[in-house]
Amino acid sequence: MAITVSRPKLNWRERAYLPAILSGMAITIKHFRNMLFGRTKVTMQYPEEKWDNQMPEHYRGAPALVRDDTGRVRCVACQLCEFICPPRAIKIIPGEFAAGDRFAKVEKFPQEFDIDMIRCIYCGLCEEVCPEQAIYLRKDYAITGFTRADMVHNKEKLLEIGGVMHGVVLKWNEKK
Amino acid sequence: MDYFYLTTSLVKIVALLAVVLGIMNYTVYAERRISALIQDRLGPNRVGPFGLFQPIADAAKFLLKEDFTPGHVNKFYYWLAPCLAMIPAITTLAVVPFGSSLFGVPMVIADINVGVLFVFAIASLGVYGIVIAGWSSNSKYPFLGGVRSSSQMISYELSLGLAVIPVFLLIGQLRLTEVVSYQIEHGWMIAPFVGDWTNLRKWLLAIPMLISFVVFTIAIFAETNRLPFDLPEAETELVGGYHTEYGSMKFGLFFLGEYVAMITGSAIIVTLFLGGWHFPGIPDGSQGWSWGLVNIFVFFSKVAVLLFVFIWVRWTLPRFRYDQLMRLGWVFFFEIALVNIFIAAIILAYFPA
Repeated sequence: MAITVSRPKLNWRERAYLPAILSGMAITIKHFRNMLFGRTKVTMQYPEEKWDNQMPEHYRGAPALVRDDTGRVRCVACQLCEFICPPRAIKIIPGEFAAGDRFAKVEKFPQEFDIDMIRCIYCGLCEEVCPEQAIYLRKDYAITGFTRADMVHNKEKLLEIGGVMHGVVLKWNEKK
Repeated sequence: MDYFYLTTSLVKIVALLAVVLGIMNYTVYAERRISALIQDRLGPNRVGPFGLFQPIADAAKFLLKEDFTPGHVNKFYYWLAPCLAMIPAITTLAVVPFGSSLFGVPMVIADINVGVLFVFAIASLGVYGIVIAGWSSNSKYPFLGGVRSSSQMISYELSLGLAVIPVFLLIGQLRLTEVVSYQIEHGWMIAPFVGDWTNLRKWLLAIPMLISFVVFTIAIFAETNRLPFDLPEAETELVGGYHTEYGSMKFGLFFLGEYVAMITGSAIIVTLFLGGWHFPGIPDGSQGWSWGLVNIFVFFSKVAVLLFVFIWVRWTLPRFRYDQLMRLGWVFFFEIALVNIFIAAIILAYFPA
């Protein structure tokens, strides 16, 4: 069934059309003026201004490896993160400590630890699953590179982002 | 041979062309910045301070792009059309007095006695560029754009021509420099309060002049294909309109031709209704060359204000539907302009100077 849409009855002022145009132009010039004098808050000028100091506590940026107080890479190459990683961005090649080594008790360390930042989805499951609290999601978000190879973070790069985690962190202590 | 006349004319032509092309480039920049500010954005602000080098970057981009000619077009007319769009717009400027005088040389390239007729004759050639572009592209959207443009421009040229008749009824001459000197003596056409404001005849004459001004300005909008009358290149309906098949500098010529037409239109409005290069309290060029430069500056400032209005209107109003456009042109503006002539004639008959 056809529906008849009733047309509103316009008075002479509305039909004259020009007053409506002028009021429309008044609205746009108001926007223009407010923008010109910086009264309207708009787009952040990205490379000059950044959100860095307003980043929320729980922000998940680039994953990174950390060292402990003694300078040892905290990762023990258990490969749980590699296993849990949904896009399979992590590649670990474990190595064994030599028998007389200071950390021989730890048994294993990552010889290579690569995270492909093209694949990474910043889900944070690696951080969650790590039994040694060796991998953390930092707040770095501007990950750029000129080639695909540039976008793979190797162990050095990951440690550079991660830095040192001070103090004894025994993950399960809080849960006991 | 008058070598002095030839040399000064050549200098004036080159200087005016340089100034107008410069203004044109910065009108494009202004259009982008003003539209951005109106829409609560910032617009191009990266190239140079405040993005002021953006026009240079745009020009470089236009010139460096591949000049591609599609296989299905009519080559001769396809190449001819962009030139036809650009040239009439620039040529019109020849008769517009853009300043008083500099070192005794009048600041108008060709002070011919058919001034405004020349303007209409040349300006209406601009439609050929668009029609030929639409036709030679051999593609349906440009074709529709060309058809729309021809009917729109022909319809609005009528009200354009009728709207200026009251001005020339009053002055009795078609020479544009005479229009300006009349306005210097008697105040601007639409501003009776300038000069001897107690004169009743001036106030009465301001009524038809104001109507003329509004009709003429709106007709200029339609003639230059600006919103709300940009049906020939309605992006949402016709892809790109008549220049869909064009690229690189050939598109650039259409694009810049539109802006030059805007500048020309504004210059003519300023000359006819807003006193040309005259501003109350500023003497003309016979008082020294610096005043001559000030007069030129005043003229281009008025043009700039009108250009701002052009841009402002564009980012305020939506596009007209095609039947509304035709109705507005033929039913309203045509009649208003016609009645306006009679009003002006009656006032002139009963209140002779």
